[in-house]
Amino acid sequence: MSVVTLQVDGRDVAVPAGSTLLQAIRAAGLSVPTLCDLEGLEPVGACRLCLVELEGSQRLLPACASEASEGQVIRTDTAQLQGYRRMAVELFFAEGNHVCAFCVANGTCELQDVAVAVGMDHSRFPYQYPQRSVDASHPRFSLDHNRCILCTRCVRVCDQIEGAHVWDVAERGSDCRIVAGLDQPWGEVDACTSCGKCVDVCPTGALFAKEDTTAEKHPHPERAGQLRRAREQRQWIS
Amino acid sequence: MVALPPCERPRLRCCAASGCRSAGARPLLAALRAAAAAGGTAPDGIAAGDQAADDISAGASAAPEPLEVRSVGCLRLCGEGPLVAWDGPEGTRLFGGLAPAAAAALVDQVRGLASLPLAADPALVSHQLDLEQPFFRLQRPLVLEGCGIVDPERIEAALAHGSYAQLRRVLHELSPEAVREQVRRSGLRGRGGGGYPTGLKWDTVALQPPGRRYVVCNADEGDPGAFMDRSVLEGDPHRLLEGMAIAAYAVGADHGYLYVRAEYPLAIERLRLALQQARQQGLLGPSIAGTAFALELEVRVGAGAYVCGEETALLHSIQGQRGIPRTRPPYPAQAGLWGAPTLINNVETFAAVPVILRQGGDWYAAIGSEGSRGTKVFSLSGAIRHTGLVEVPMGISLRTVVETMGGGDPDGGAVKAVQTGGPSGGCIPADLLDTPVDFESLLSLGSMMGSGGMVVIGQGTAMPEVARHFMAFSVNESCGKCVPCRAGTVQLLALLDRFVEQRATAADLEALEALCAMVKATSLCGLGQAAPNPVLSTLRHFRQEYTAALGPGS
Repeated sequence: MSVVTLQVDGRDVAVPAGSTLLQAIRAAGLSVPTLCDLEGLEPVGACRLCLVELEGSQRLLPACASEASEGQVIRTDTAQLQGYRRMAVELFFAEGNHVCAFCVANGTCELQDVAVAVGMDHSRFPYQYPQRSVDASHPRFSLDHNRCILCTRCVRVCDQIEGAHVWDVAERGSDCRIVAGLDQPWGEVDACTSCGKCVDVCPTGALFAKEDTTAEKHPHPERAGQLRRAREQRQWIS
Repeated sequence: MVALPPCERPRLRCCAASGCRSAGARPLLAALRAAAAAGGTAPDGIAAGDQAADDISAGASAAPEPLEVRSVGCLRLCGEGPLVAWDGPEGTRLFGGLAPAAAAALVDQVRGLASLPLAADPALVSHQLDLEQPFFRLQRPLVLEGCGIVDPERIEAALAHGSYAQLRRVLHELSPEAVREQVRRSGLRGRGGGGYPTGLKWDTVALQPPGRRYVVCNADEGDPGAFMDRSVLEGDPHRLLEGMAIAAYAVGADHGYLYVRAEYPLAIERLRLALQQARQQGLLGPSIAGTAFALELEVRVGAGAYVCGEETALLHSIQGQRGIPRTRPPYPAQAGLWGAPTLINNVETFAAVPVILRQGGDWYAAIGSEGSRGTKVFSLSGAIRHTGLVEVPMGISLRTVVETMGGGDPDGGAVKAVQTGGPSGGCIPADLLDTPVDFESLLSLGSMMGSGGMVVIGQGTAMPEVARHFMAFSVNESCGKCVPCRAGTVQLLALLDRFVEQRATAADLEALEALCAMVKATSLCGLGQAAPNPVLSTLRHFRQEYTAALGPGS
């Protein structure tokens, strides 16, 4: 297997050719915040939190969706990037209705974690208070659109791992929302196998099990990667 | 071209493209044809006949020969539509805004049956347009060579005008590499807005590992104020098909798509007709022009999303998926439709190809300016006297286009700014109008060439309002995939509201600039990255209008 070496925040790191910049950053013992990315799912580069600077380039690169190449010099934590990341997190909070105090995911929420990581204690942008609904038609799970950040992990895990493609995105811009089936109540979608993978990988409290109440969600974002490895590399134990 | 050399047999050309149709071209065309068939309304009501033209001068007793009334594409001066050109022994005369009731009077003039001379005919004289004015005289039609001359619904007309001659020649005489060589030498750059070197893009597709390739025409022209591509599609579709077929041959593609926005129904109709005619003539399909080269082209109609003009979103849409962009690389030239190398060019880019092959790349490169070769079609609209379509050599100054050709402000006031590049571009202030129109100059001013829409802004328009207008467009058209564009544009619009309503604070100005920088730097695709441009360019050139909008107490 060929290897590429690059530098991340001054640290030299070698990764297998074909690795992403995000993998290289992690191999260097560093981290960048992510929300849409999840091991086991195809990257989409949508949350823009993992953007990094590449020396010699004006453009910022999404680490999750960019391939590492030989000799790159990457910076992950400049003042500019910190500023953009904080703004992106503020935009996430301002566009939805995120109320941690009574959220099922309080304490296990990746949006909350990212806010802490980027030092966001309040949003400088006015909250939009959008009118959103809750779909509780499924017998075991619920979808609270107020907490959805449109990372599309649920869409991808259902399509790429479960193979059911129950979820997709409807509308556009700030009207975007996750829809089940042909924009039906989730409980009426025959294609849904009730496997719960979408709930496992949801980074916030948007998808949750009905028996869980405030701060009781137990997400399993690692399962997408485990299943992918089991299937493709025959590694059954993580 | 509008003005044609003098011709023996007189002829009328009536624009039947969208702009003139909306101004009443269809009833006018019908009235002209009826009058031509009836032999005009000369006193005795002469029937149409086929006697020699000489007899016409004999007066009302002679039956005139049939008069051709041709339906053509855009005759350029759209704001004066419906437009009718009269070609005759004295050259071309152009009329604008004729009512169907005036059709008979015009036909009488053409036939020499009118009782009054043209200059004294009250039904016509006020409608005659000056073809010697700079708007027409400074045009250099290459892409629009056949637009306004050929009947876009008749392939025979296009063939007679030279369409497909280069395709035939190329297939019989040139290797794909030799074709790409000419395109490289021409210096042609993509006319869709980005200005990527066309020859380089063709090479990138052609040199991919062996396998299937696709060719795609981006006809999703969506910038407000842009109607160049529509005019090509409606006015001379065969030129586009020929350019695309040459491109397909040059990159080794045997299948292609024309992605047209649904808002262009006439363009779609004419394109489908043109495809059908080209297949019937053996100019598309298997074994084109008797060679082994085969090409299938299909029309794909968009569903009303501006973002589908972004190439990766466009490809998703063709594949039947949601039209959202993806991260590049891989570029479509490497992995496009269904993973195959795919050449995507804009309508105007493809339409420039036949003339490049006919005259040679070097000939084309001699037109225009360093770095921006050839001609560019612009659509002029807004606060300008002459609204319409111009094709000019690159490097011409904005002032020449807007003031000399466009005639400046219709009310005689000074032009305030010119908006180029649509919601991705910016506003260039009047004092910078001497800037040459080329890719780099416009970028350096914080605007961009874009696809070619030029919206002239008059003194009465406030710049924060212009910025808000375009931001509202971006909010509506954001696909919603990435957060800076989906949520950032919403916040930018709210901030701009405060400036338009004169209740902004100094902190708002700071927030506006910071958020513009963030959305520009972090958005996933070109739409989001360029969404702040109208704000940034007006902040740069008209900052005082923003500071003047700061409310009391700031």
